[in-house]
Amino acid sequence: MLEITEGSHAVAEAVRLCRPQVVSAYPITPQTHIVEALADFVANGKLDAEYINVENEFSALSACVGASAAGSRTYSATTSQGLALMFEVCFNAAGMRLPIVMSIANRALGAPLSIWNDMQDSISLRDAGWLQFYAEDNQEATDLHYIAYRVSEDQKVLLPSFVCFDGFILSHTYEPVDMLTQEDVDKYLPPFNPPERLDASDPVSFGMYATPEYYLEFRYEHDKALKDAREVIAKAGKEFAALFGRDYSAMVEGYKLDDAETVIVAMGSICGTVKDAIDEMRTEGKKVGLLRIRVFRPFPSEDVAKFIKGATQAKRIAVLDKNISLGAKGATALEVKDALYGSTVPVWNYILGLGGRDVRKKDIKEIVALADKGQGDQFFGLRKEVL
Amino acid sequence: MRELRIHGRGGQGSVTAAELIAVAAFEGGVFAQAFPAFGVERRGAPVQAFVRFDNIKIRKRSQVYEPDYIIVQDSTLIKDVNVFLGVKPGGIVIVNTEKKPDFKIPEGVKLITIDATSIALKALGLPITNTTLMGAFAAATGEIQFAALENALKHRFKGELATRNIAAAKTAFDVVKGAA
Repeated sequence: MLEITEGSHAVAEAVRLCRPQVVSAYPITPQTHIVEALADFVANGKLDAEYINVENEFSALSACVGASAAGSRTYSATTSQGLALMFEVCFNAAGMRLPIVMSIANRALGAPLSIWNDMQDSISLRDAGWLQFYAEDNQEATDLHYIAYRVSEDQKVLLPSFVCFDGFILSHTYEPVDMLTQEDVDKYLPPFNPPERLDASDPVSFGMYATPEYYLEFRYEHDKALKDAREVIAKAGKEFAALFGRDYSAMVEGYKLDDAETVIVAMGSICGTVKDAIDEMRTEGKKVGLLRIRVFRPFPSEDVAKFIKGATQAKRIAVLDKNISLGAKGATALEVKDALYGSTVPVWNYILGLGGRDVRKKDIKEIVALADKGQGDQFFGLRKEVL
Repeated sequence: MRELRIHGRGGQGSVTAAELIAVAAFEGGVFAQAFPAFGVERRGAPVQAFVRFDNIKIRKRSQVYEPDYIIVQDSTLIKDVNVFLGVKPGGIVIVNTEKKPDFKIPEGVKLITIDATSIALKALGLPITNTTLMGAFAAATGEIQFAALENALKHRFKGELATRNIAAAKTAFDVVKGAA
């Protein structure tokens, strides 16, 4: 049913409908409203789960690791410094092949301290071996939680997922969201039934020591499972579409690409503003399109290459990154360049919106103008007077 | 698409007002989007909140720079913040003040002043003017129906508090309707 609610509350409700058995999280802005709502659900009997209060994020994810290894569906949520504190546990959770789902209300990383949005936090964990989904709006931010559990818990995958949505910009925004019912979600998401679990009567170990004779193979299998998740995402997305009408089977989305001469590539909530800017530019005769990346890990290299190839008029590509791999480029630009290796279409990177800097339609138009002139690989919107 | 920008001070309920206006607009069949200007909100500091209204899905996520409507909860903000910046010609500005306006608004913009503080003090016993100004907004713009506003307030506040806030909103609604 379509209802108007805050992004965080919609996400908390979606998580409740996924029936997690263990929730452990530590509150941090702008994720706080999600875990407050889940704590309320547990306290008021609306969610039959163990809510484990912990002293910090390292413990929160560690509690999820233990609970998941014991065979429970587990959930956590964090952002920014909280995610940074989980760094070690993130690698362990993925290496142990535990399908934890964690919401990331994306926020900048310090120093300097910033509570505002960019994607540096989850992007910095791109090598941790988790799936990473990025939402454009609150509908997607909720729906991707159902998809994430389905894909993560698939026996071919068995890996944890981040469901990322822009902190404040989505988490604190009221807008209409079509919420599923418990009956709906139960039809889509079967109970968690892992092939291996901690059991005192039939002991097994998770995440044990791997000598040089074995470690390389562990990493190979981990990488393969993450790459194989592409097919599982397609299948899980198609089944979701068949039941509820919204299709998340593709890892990328094309918007007005067919005749686009300038192709913008971006992720997350900025894509809504980009689409509005594209519509306006097209009335002015500028042929601009968008390739939105919904899944960043596994990275949809083949889809990116296919969509850009399909945009036969493409003369230039402008990749927008709300993150930067300092000393190199934005993470999306690096991936896109890799996916398009051998292509002669120039790829320009624009670092923007860091630490909550607002991005407007006029900014998107300026970026398109810069790309048209062959000016790129730059921070966009710098206030020169403070440099 | 129509856009509203609310200026207030931390503690005056600007963010709540934006949310409840969006809830009421949604009840009226409109796609609404409400969000705050994310800051480190402390009591008394200038804050902003935004609402967008459209008949189709709203995709834009930037802040509101060219509003159709502006609500100013505290007229002392006018000397510190350019609260009228970017208002569209034909727009409506609602200012809470008990005085005759001693400030200038852009040309072609309709100004409505209302003593929301006195109304709120009488109805709530507190100088929290957000719900009062929501009533004024409903009357001035027609973006939300009063019945929908009443439902939104009932949903957010319990019992006596809901009744008092509805009374404050209704008084302001009638004052603005009467003046129109």
